Amino acid sequence: MSVQDKVVEIIAEQAVLEPGDVTLDSTLESLGIDSLGLVESIFAIEEEFDISVPFNANDPSEGDFDISNVASIVTGIEKLIKEQKS
Amino acid sequence: MHRVVITGAGTVNALGHDVPDTLEAMREGRCGIGALEFQDVERLSIQIGGQVRRFETEGRYNRQQMSLYDRFTQFTLAAAKEAIDQAGLSFSGDLAAKSGVVLGTAGGGVSTWDANYRSVYEEGKNRVHPFVVPKLMNNAAASHVSMEHNLKGPSFTVSTACASSNHAMAQAFQMVRTGMAPAMITGGSESMLCFGGVKAWEGLRVMSRDACRPFSANRNGMVQGEGAGVFVFEEYERARKRGADILCEVIGFAMSSDASDIVMPSKNGAARAIAGALADAQVNRDQVGYINAHGTGTAANDKTECAAVADVFGPHADKLMISSTKSMHGHLIGGTGAVELLACIMALRDGVIAPTIGYEEPDPECALDVVPNQARDAKVDVVLSNAFAFGGMNAVLALRSV
Repeated sequence: MSVQDKVVEIIAEQAVLEPGDVTLDSTLESLGIDSLGLVESIFAIEEEFDISVPFNANDPSEGDFDISNVASIVTGIEKLIKEQKS
Repeated sequence: MHRVVITGAGTVNALGHDVPDTLEAMREGRCGIGALEFQDVERLSIQIGGQVRRFETEGRYNRQQMSLYDRFTQFTLAAAKEAIDQAGLSFSGDLAAKSGVVLGTAGGGVSTWDANYRSVYEEGKNRVHPFVVPKLMNNAAASHVSMEHNLKGPSFTVSTACASSNHAMAQAFQMVRTGMAPAMITGGSESMLCFGGVKAWEGLRVMSRDACRPFSANRNGMVQGEGAGVFVFEEYERARKRGADILCEVIGFAMSSDASDIVMPSKNGAARAIAGALADAQVNRDQVGYINAHGTGTAANDKTECAAVADVFGPHADKLMISSTKSMHGHLIGGTGAVELLACIMALRDGVIAPTIGYEEPDPECALDVVPNQARDAKVDVVLSNAFAFGGMNAVLALRSV
């Protein structure tokens, strides 16, 4: 399963949706994922890919992990995997 | 001052997952204590407890709720629902704004601490689930009850070891009595039957390896239990006007501190709490027909408690009944007073006194009528519920039939 498919699956589970209902331009807000849900999704992503995601719930825009939509999250995770697994 | 009545009761414990099953087990003198089942139990020297069995979380709570509810919260929510359903209350408007939740627990989310310490220390993981803190905090259960039932008034959690529930219910009683709240949800819960929770208790060397036999000369210690007891305390006139089924009246309470030892109980401290509850309730000692004892089955508690009762009641001590239901459901630590209050309600409402089971041999230092082994039919008008905690903090409640 690709990184993108896996991330979509994690986000869909959090949003209680089918993966097919999560598109790359979906925002977390449009999927109904609140701040607690976001923190839980990041935990699930870290567990799945065995990476550490630099994310501070006090200031989600801080750092360069972009959560503006599903595509940006996938890109960010692919970058982190490359950096942390090499 | 307002009169305060109980209009709803709920529980989950080793004897049953609701009040009817629990009372039936108490009437029959059934024992809910058995072999513990959880990870690493074979490394414990104490392997028995009053564990809640077959409490299915599936269908009860969804995935998101499960990530937030420790076992002590799960028990509390089930018990609160039973109590509030029985009371027939739904909280909105002014009633919601003024009614709150006061619950007792000694340890809070002990199994959440245990599981996550295991994962970071033993398994070497460096990451824990983001909801560990909101899951384990001692007020989690009270918070979730308030969220679930829209209770927006005074709400908090009381932690005084084995007296937590009685202190909590005393607070709730006082709030309704003074008119601060029209109704309060109160009681307590505990769930520390996991490796770390039992291992900590083992250290004190006060635990029995085979059974809890309060007041029996051959008793050899306490047995832990788990579960919750939750009640609806409501202002009497309000309950009467809406035609609520009133289970009994709460008529008084007292608290005292031994100010002497962190684990050894004091006859004087216990006696002051018992006498104080009688004075607060304005009843004479000879009106008391039954006491639900703290009765832990340890040498220290049972002797001290019987001596305190003898001191306060004088010759009437030989006429009243005193039993410890811990022999059946185990010691629920911070939740114990709440589950034991059910035995008080059964005595007042059904005229059935729950027995002290496992009683084998009279102890001259506990020479009271401890209702050995078999429940007894008896009409009683006033009852007390004792709780004496580690740290010397005591709380006694007085109740009357309505």
